[in-house]
Amino acid sequence: MAKRIDVSDLDIFYGNFKAVEGVNVSIEPRSVTALIGPSGCGKSTFLRSLNRMHEVIPGARVEGKVVIDGQDLYGSDVDPVDVRRQIGMVFQRPNPFPTMSIYDNVVAGVRLNARKMKKSDLDDLVESSLKGANLWNEVKDRLDRPGSGLSGGQQQRLCIARAIAVQPEVLLMDEPCSALDPISTLAIEDLMTELKDRFTIVIVTHNMQQAARVSEQTGFFNLNGVGQPGRLIEFNPTEKIFSNPDQKATEDYISGRFG
Amino acid sequence: MTTTAPTRPEAPEPEAPAVRTRRGLPRFGGTGLFVAGLVVAGLLTALSGWSWGLFAVYGIVLGTLVTYVGSRVVEGPRKATDRLVTCLVSSAFAIAMVPLVSLVYTVVSNGITRLDGTFFTNSMVGVVGEGGGAYHAIMGTLIITALAALISVPIGLLAAIYLVEYGRGKLKKALTFFVDVMTGIPSIVAGLFAYAFFVIFFGPGVRFGLGGAVALSVLMIPVVVRSSEEVLKLVPNELREASYALGVPKWRTITKVVIPTAIAGLGTSVTLAIARVIGETAPLLVIVGITAATNFDPFDGRMATLPVYAYYQLTQPGVPPQFGIDRAWTAALVLIIIVMALNVVARLISRFFAPKTGR
Ligand SMILES: Nc1ncnc2c1ncn2[C@@H]1O[C@H](COP(=O)(O)OP(=O)(O)OP(=O)(O)O)[C@@H](O)[C@H]1O
Ligand SMILES: [Mg+2]
Repeated sequence: MAKRIDVSDLDIFYGNFKAVEGVNVSIEPRSVTALIGPSGCGKSTFLRSLNRMHEVIPGARVEGKVVIDGQDLYGSDVDPVDVRRQIGMVFQRPNPFPTMSIYDNVVAGVRLNARKMKKSDLDDLVESSLKGANLWNEVKDRLDRPGSGLSGGQQQRLCIARAIAVQPEVLLMDEPCSALDPISTLAIEDLMTELKDRFTIVIVTHNMQQAARVSEQTGFFNLNGVGQPGRLIEFNPTEKIFSNPDQKATEDYISGRFG
Repeated sequence: MTTTAPTRPEAPEPEAPAVRTRRGLPRFGGTGLFVAGLVVAGLLTALSGWSWGLFAVYGIVLGTLVTYVGSRVVEGPRKATDRLVTCLVSSAFAIAMVPLVSLVYTVVSNGITRLDGTFFTNSMVGVVGEGGGAYHAIMGTLIITALAALISVPIGLLAAIYLVEYGRGKLKKALTFFVDVMTGIPSIVAGLFAYAFFVIFFGPGVRFGLGGAVALSVLMIPVVVRSSEEVLKLVPNELREASYALGVPKWRTITKVVIPTAIAGLGTSVTLAIARVIGETAPLLVIVGITAATNFDPFDGRMATLPVYAYYQLTQPGVPPQFGIDRAWTAALVLIIIVMALNVVARLISRFFAPKTGR
């Protein structure tokens, strides 16, 4: 079941530092939404505020509203743990659990939450998740080896497998392909196209072609200067953003005439 | 040592070499020069009457000098500086090893005489001169230290987890401060604290094993907190975030991700904390006392412990004193062996539990 995300007047802070300001956007269910923009403009910060990972950092807080299918994520009766169960995340840097085998890493979401599952179901889950992340063929013979023994790109795909194994309704991906070769990147992009039938996907990327290839909607973040908060400058269908964007800044950024 | 710029096999001989090829000392040339310096130093010392101290001073100075000058002439100033610093660092290491080696040598050579079966099976009941053992003291040390660990490890670990995972603001600062203060408490004060505390309940003159365990805990808890805190801090934040992002609650993240990742370091820190307190004498002297008989009950009556046993055997050896003094040395030796065994255990723990890499 995919979910729609409505963000209104969102300000995001690290202590007293306002990192992102005034975001208004609505993210369609069953689609891929790409976020682009220069480094440090708050893409990761915004993404992390969508599943309440932002508040894990001491002093970090959020003002404004994030509504998922009518429910305010930041409502006082909402448990952040429940939110994160529905909204999965893949991080910018691969972070498999070093103490666990490849197998255990994939089923970590099930195991760590002490959900009971039959061994055969677990095996199926591992296989389908690893296939989904295009890692199955490389690791199927060494599922009991430690996950940290994989290459960086393999680790990232392991993290993707781990995230989709819990079958979230929304999947947030922070530059999931920045450490991957073109073949794995293509596999991840195919995976996204496949997953968007079921999930809502939000992806941060520095790769314009990737945004153009996979996404229906694209948001462009920018910041006016160092120390200023980042803003969502433009949010439009991907075709429009890449052919005739509303904003001059977007056009400059996309055509490489930034800064 | 002798590596020069790699030469391409097919490349024609360049007219002017791009990289200056450097003459190098042969392999072990540096060591050879140093030994040459040592020999000269030995001759010098022998001339003025042999003394090891003098030889060490001459040896280090001359060895370093010969190596430096030799290397400078043959290899040039950059290599020579490298060798100079190598000589200085190695000499510093050797000097640092001197007290350690001489201590171990003294304890072993003095303690070996009584390192026999009797020592491990007999207590001191009815022993005036020869014979007797430290069975009661070894057991006492093990019991009291185990009790101390039983008290300190849960408290210390939980405090460390609080400080790293939950602590914020003033309370965290205050806790850290008090832990630091506790680290500096002299051990006799810990003993007096335990004594004063138990006098309230049992009246003056109280002596029992548990009191000793409490006194040792006062010394041990800050060590456990401090080292476990450092170990827990080393667990990358990314792992915690990965776990949160899977919808795992914080307490489960701590028990299933953070602690397993840090378990090797935690094991080491606990073992080293035990090694730190197992040799404490003063607090046990005050609150546990000494006895000649075996007492397995830490809740009632005096117990013997190895450090206190060694102290009494040395200060009140009886007549003739030699037997008591021998027993004191052997007790010290056994204590060192126990501490060494603990260190080995710590290493094994970190070897076994360390996160595995490789394919
Ligand atoms: N933990 C943090 N504490 C304080 N400030 C932070 C923290 N993380 C990020 N920031 C600040 O927030 C702003 C936005 O950072 P963010 O990581 O969201 O950028 P980004 O758009 O993801 O950049 P990149 O493309 O390089 O990943 C930056 O100015 C950054 O310095
Ligand atoms: Mg980022």
